[in-house]
Amino acid sequence: MSKLVISSIGPASSVQDGGRHGAQRYGLMPSGAMDRLALAAANCLVGNPIFAAAIEIGPFGAAFTAREGVVRLALAGAPRSADITGRAVVFDTSMTLADGETLTLGFARGGSFSYLAIEGSIEGEPMFGSLAVNARAGLGSPYPRPLQAGDELQTKPASGAAERRIDLPAATAGPIRVLMGPQDDEFGDAAKQLFLDNEWKISATSDRMGYRLEGPVIKHLHGHNIVSDGTVDGSIQVPGNGAPIVLMPDRGTSGGYPKIATLISADLGRFAQIPAATGFHFKAVPMAEAQAEARKYWKTLRALPNRLRAIESFDLNIEALQDANVAGSAVSAVDAVTWQIASGADVLTPD
Amino acid sequence: MVPTLSPPRILPSGDSAITVEFSRNIDDAANQRVLALDRALASEPVAGVTETVPTYRSLLVHYDPVQIEFDTLGEKLTALAQRPVPPETKARRWRIPVVYGGEHGIDLEDVAKTLKTTPDEIVARHVAGDYRVAMIGFTPGWSYLSGLEKFLHMPRRQNPRLLTPAGTVSIGGVQAGVQCLAGPSGWHLLGRTAVRTYQLHRDPIFLLEPGDHVKFCAVDAKTFAEQDRAAEAGEIIAEQIAL
Repeated sequence: MSKLVISSIGPASSVQDGGRHGAQRYGLMPSGAMDRLALAAANCLVGNPIFAAAIEIGPFGAAFTAREGVVRLALAGAPRSADITGRAVVFDTSMTLADGETLTLGFARGGSFSYLAIEGSIEGEPMFGSLAVNARAGLGSPYPRPLQAGDELQTKPASGAAERRIDLPAATAGPIRVLMGPQDDEFGDAAKQLFLDNEWKISATSDRMGYRLEGPVIKHLHGHNIVSDGTVDGSIQVPGNGAPIVLMPDRGTSGGYPKIATLISADLGRFAQIPAATGFHFKAVPMAEAQAEARKYWKTLRALPNRLRAIESFDLNIEALQDANVAGSAVSAVDAVTWQIASGADVLTPD
Repeated sequence: MVPTLSPPRILPSGDSAITVEFSRNIDDAANQRVLALDRALASEPVAGVTETVPTYRSLLVHYDPVQIEFDTLGEKLTALAQRPVPPETKARRWRIPVVYGGEHGIDLEDVAKTLKTTPDEIVARHVAGDYRVAMIGFTPGWSYLSGLEKFLHMPRRQNPRLLTPAGTVSIGGVQAGVQCLAGPSGWHLLGRTAVRTYQLHRDPIFLLEPGDHVKFCAVDAKTFAEQDRAAEAGEIIAEQIAL
């Protein structure tokens, strides 16, 4: 048995997988990775099932040390500087940590969450088929809480397979696409237009339950209370203060504020990666387009193994390596002081 | 010809879920239709539907857009939802013991004062109610009950509390509730129960189902403490009683 010891880690970092589904009718939030494509890519690199449990690393730096054996890893998601005992490593590749070696990661750049997959995944006791951490429900394994320095993740010894890289599809740029509704009729045309035209920013008081948006006040037509109904990942609810909140995988399963629009599922991961204080726009799309994008997204996920490539020494992306080497000084727009757990009553009380 | 009910509204909740809305209000008849549609989907599964979430007035139907399209599923749900509501056949009835007032129900005195009566009468009225689990949501096991008598309807607190105890039994607006986990709440806290509506490593993990009936009974603090120890050890505590 090998293990990966957390030498240091920032907040908003936890074990996540594809989430636990099927019990939302009992109030059990699904949780799971904020960026599923990145989780899947990391897992794919080390030969795991795409939604196996991996480490979701928040915007801050982290360090991991192999103990009692060799551990094979892969990194994907928000880029950041990475080195193994001074030797730079790049994202979207697999890598091997010898017993006692440490992988050190800097702050996330141009994103919020990176994924560190471990060959053989993480040993734990699944609940509803998932190891995903949901601190509020006391769920998650091996630790039912965010990771802390000193935590140890048990895993299988490295297989010694050749290292690989993955050619991911080019990131989709452009606005975050939404379907209007289910309660867009609670808003007037001017409010809906403002929602679509305005440049939004993600507040630093955001977390895995919800991303609060900073921008103009979106006014309701008939007040801000509706009778609670079900929520999905990407529901955009507008509470009494008119500041929209995009619900994320640790959301409550029901909510009592009107939902003006819903992110399309293909854009959830891309949205989750937008760093705090970076401007972005929403764009309304028709259902047919949203569903076509959803099908394309799943096709991409399933076909990820076809994108694996062998790494040859001269095949290394020198530019990426240089980039990683100098990136230690770059930091995310989110800073350690303002990144905090949202605690306002607007997302946190039963309706 | 079989009479059909009015069609529900079919609202998109993104590209992978449909909100089937029967009413905009808390409405018992609408909730009956929500639960009937939920049962219909359980007994006659539609390929591509992955999960359903009943609420007071709507059923959220999660689906896989790779397997079924919005329009097709919307039509199927509309047809299913217009069938007459069959009588409840399998509804269960639970008796849930509650220790009322004092440190266990810190709002009981204030509720009595606001409603110009005594704490004992509040308890008597709360115990006399016949409730139905209209939905479970917010946090695991948080059970929203319909059937609170009008006398006990009270606006929620101006300032929600950030922490209320596990097992809190409360009222808010027209609703009654049983929560499982400690957490924030803006409702009025009448008492606590030892019953865990959600407990890992117990069979069943979730005790109540949407549609179950619930009655409360009052117990003293000593009984609550005993029941709490037994519940911690995995006992269900709630009694199932005949309908």
